[in-house]
Amino acid sequence: MHTFLSRVNAVSAFSLSTLAALTFGCFASTFLKNYSAPVSITAANIVLKNVPEYAVSREKNDLGALRFDMNSDLTPLFNWNTKQLFLYLVAEYETQNNKVNQVVLWDKIIRRGEASVVSLKNQHLKYYFWDDGNGLLGHKNVSLSLSWNIIPIAGTLPLWSGSGSYRLTFPSEYTQGRSSY
Amino acid sequence: MLQLDFLDDLRRMNMRQLFYQLLNFAMIVSSALMIWKGLMVVTGSESPIVVVLSMEPAFQRGDLLFLTNYEQEPIRAGEIVVFKVEGRDIPIVHRVMKVHEKEDGSVKFLTKGDNNNVDDRGLYANGQAWLNRKDVVGRARGYVPFIGIVTIIMNDYPKFKYAVLAGLGLFVLVHRE
Repeated sequence: MHTFLSRVNAVSAFSLSTLAALTFGCFASTFLKNYSAPVSITAANIVLKNVPEYAVSREKNDLGALRFDMNSDLTPLFNWNTKQLFLYLVAEYETQNNKVNQVVLWDKIIRRGEASVVSLKNQHLKYYFWDDGNGLLGHKNVSLSLSWNIIPIAGTLPLWSGSGSYRLTFPSEYTQGRSSY
Repeated sequence: MLQLDFLDDLRRMNMRQLFYQLLNFAMIVSSALMIWKGLMVVTGSESPIVVVLSMEPAFQRGDLLFLTNYEQEPIRAGEIVVFKVEGRDIPIVHRVMKVHEKEDGSVKFLTKGDNNNVDDRGLYANGQAWLNRKDVVGRARGYVPFIGIVTIIMNDYPKFKYAVLAGLGLFVLVHRE
């Protein structure tokens, strides 16, 4: 009964079951949690061009550019089961070509323990704002919002959006020349 | 010592007990297989558990992802999808960053790994610029860290796998209970 092997067996069985219970506890205590937070976004320096997108085809597509400010306090989203937050700024709009368009313009990873207050001024876009076609010209209702994916220590991977979005409008004429964006 | 106990058991064993042990072993293996296939049916996904190799720092090698693949749920930016490029067998776990969906429901989307600097267009087939619904194997909905590390060790060191299987088989056959 008290041989070395039976002791090792008992200890490892107990630790494995405790680990399993804790992991399940992480999942069970957070899968119903509400991970929303208020966000304020504004944009400026909006430029619209119509140039060929060579990565896709030879056709000319609308290419938008802008700078944005963003403020949000995401500290309440970090709890005992949050390993990391994946933030992404999404432009969502409807065009004649497509009913739903979603373009991620910028993203950031905030790991557990890092600064969780987002305060950006005059920030560049990280990714090009290509449309699938020429639907951005004169568009008055592009919605810019910040969303995040919670990566837990163990459990579900929910997607939540910040409350508060910005309504972006594009000019009715293309910007000519080599203006920088 | 332990070795003497084994020898005693061997002497007392007869054919009936041997078959009983083999049957026991087969039962355990088939129940594991039943649970695995049952999970696939319930979630509608081809492989409900994927052992991840990229997408740091969110996921490390050996983490387990639970996938679903319900047709009604639309593909939206920010979701983590597992897809297979046409003609290649390796599933890739990356995040959706661009979605264009038409009125009739047909959708095309672009993906990018969190840890990569560029999007996945270089990974798609020659001339392919977008992914479609049919390329999707599943969508990541849940996550457990580290569990798959045993599978990775088994894959990287096959001798270890054979040693464990041999030891397990020997133990089950020889043990009396």
